[in-house]
Amino acid sequence: MSIVDRPVDKPVPRAAPVDLSTALGPLQLPNPVLTASGCAAAGRELAPFFDPAELGAVTTKSVQLLPRSGRATPRMAETASGMLNSIGLQGPGIEAFCEHDLPWLAERGARAVVSIAGSTVDEYAELAGRLRGAAGVAAVEVNISCPNVEDRGQVFACDPDAAARVVAAVRRESSPLVPVLAKLSPDVTDIVAIARSCVAAGADGLSLVNTLLGLVIDPDTQRPALAGRTGGLSGPAIRPVAVRCVWQVHAALPAVPIVGMGGIMTGLDALQFVLAGASAVAVGTAIFHDPKAPVRILAELRDALTARGFRRLADAVGYAHRAPDAPDEHRPRPAADRRPVHRLLSVD
Amino acid sequence: MAPVQVRGEVLGRRRAGAYHLLEIAAPGVADSARPGQFVAVTVGGPASNMLLRRALAIYRSTPVGAYSGTVTVVVAVHGRGTEWLAGLRQGDQLDVVGPLGTPFRLPPTPAGCVLVGGGYGSAALFGLADALAARDCRIDFVLGAGTADRLFGELEAKRAAASVTVTTDDGSAGAAGLVTDALPEVLDRTGALWVYACGPMPMLRAVGTIAASRGLPCQVAVEESMACGVGVCMSCVLPVVGDDGVTRMVRSCVDGPVFRADQVRWADVGTVPPDALGAPVGGRA
Repeated sequence: MSIVDRPVDKPVPRAAPVDLSTALGPLQLPNPVLTASGCAAAGRELAPFFDPAELGAVTTKSVQLLPRSGRATPRMAETASGMLNSIGLQGPGIEAFCEHDLPWLAERGARAVVSIAGSTVDEYAELAGRLRGAAGVAAVEVNISCPNVEDRGQVFACDPDAAARVVAAVRRESSPLVPVLAKLSPDVTDIVAIARSCVAAGADGLSLVNTLLGLVIDPDTQRPALAGRTGGLSGPAIRPVAVRCVWQVHAALPAVPIVGMGGIMTGLDALQFVLAGASAVAVGTAIFHDPKAPVRILAELRDALTARGFRRLADAVGYAHRAPDAPDEHRPRPAADRRPVHRLLSVD
Repeated sequence: MAPVQVRGEVLGRRRAGAYHLLEIAAPGVADSARPGQFVAVTVGGPASNMLLRRALAIYRSTPVGAYSGTVTVVVAVHGRGTEWLAGLRQGDQLDVVGPLGTPFRLPPTPAGCVLVGGGYGSAALFGLADALAARDCRIDFVLGAGTADRLFGELEAKRAAASVTVTTDDGSAGAAGLVTDALPEVLDRTGALWVYACGPMPMLRAVGTIAASRGLPCQVAVEESMACGVGVCMSCVLPVVGDDGVTRMVRSCVDGPVFRADQVRWADVGTVPPDALGAPVGGRA
């Protein structure tokens, strides 16, 4: 409706708030913005900056069966619009996690997507079993794609059968009410094949994507900059790769919920992932830059959807896949259309 | 006190030898800042391709005044990010998170304290000196650097302390040598009971060894490479022995930067000692 068509004797209705609710399989979330695993610890450190319950969910740093020291330092190198990390999944182990971290989130009404990591299928299964029935577990994210393991052959997400075995074991041990998300690596020839394999094994959704394997060499020492030599590349530098992965998987498996992530710094970045087919998005490296990034991006995404006339987030999911000749119903409204009522009334 | 995130405004910048002093209006940061704490700032402006924050020790914090709180930091140019900071002008803006990290603990009763600063690491010690003076502690400074232009705060130290001993590697100021060459004499002369230090890791290790050999408590503020400064990225870890005797890889941003020197596994910094909690078995991570 253009400005001149609008009846001048009726007040212009204020845009109804966008329905941001979303679903990941059986899990309903009030909004689609999550933290990405490994970038928010277990939420507590970010409490001075925002209320973790404001987010769709907090994805916790991948937890393993036993406490893990992680790798030697240096663990991090800044790169152009990104960073390379080789932390090595430092963490307290599942027992301390369930005793201290999960209750902290639950007490605050925050939903936890618990990321788990193991070296064997049995370890993943045991982790899933330990989380079964734990309060505050909204979903289990199966990290089968951390690049910071000694043996790249251990990256389950690089092999469809290995990925399926892990996912099936976790699905079997988890509560049927709790969705299992498989977190995939972009470092594969055919991510759709891995995605199909995980879904066939029982994954309720997919988290796309983990970091890309990278290497930085220090020109002064003439050695790799990280103690772990290779590391995982994250940040805006990888965003187009991540959006491409979401696009490909959504095109192939349109019914499968996707949590999209990879270099989301703004609401418009998040919108790209949604339009490509993500039902939710996760904010990772941006948190290191701006600890309030998740709530800022949530507000910006809401505004971006409103400005494009989307009434529901769900209507925007995968919208970029519409047919070339489909009508463009969601161009950002021109500035004039967003002016206050009294200005509109004076137009004609 | 919990840290805050604010839009800071540069009130002024001036050179101090090889360094740059940056005064930033950062409401709420200075109010609760205590000696030893730091701020983490963004670099490069809104369109920056440098995502990681730079951690800077708080040199001075002024909670009251026309700008409702300012912090002053010392910038040493190491790379593009710190170069950008060193080029800021009055009125420029940057995002500031702080105060962060653990502060120095103060003696419960008046006691002699020796403060050892290496390079711009001494910046973290002047707020401490004020807090110690307010508790009627005698203060003696030992300041060292590679060269005279890399000394920081000698004049200010002279105002705050009963004595200031200066060393440089090349003898361009004070005695030629290291702060640890001068420290035993200062401890002998002053009979100090507390030792504080901030500077390069090898210096902190050596100061800690000297203090330990005399049975003196020694607190150090470490400078580890950080990405976030708030405890979520796990980049800035070092091996520290807890009160329970267990070595853990702890974060220098939230568990430090101030540590007891006798609890840091100096020889193992940069590595994961095999006996650390959760250390890789058989060298695998």
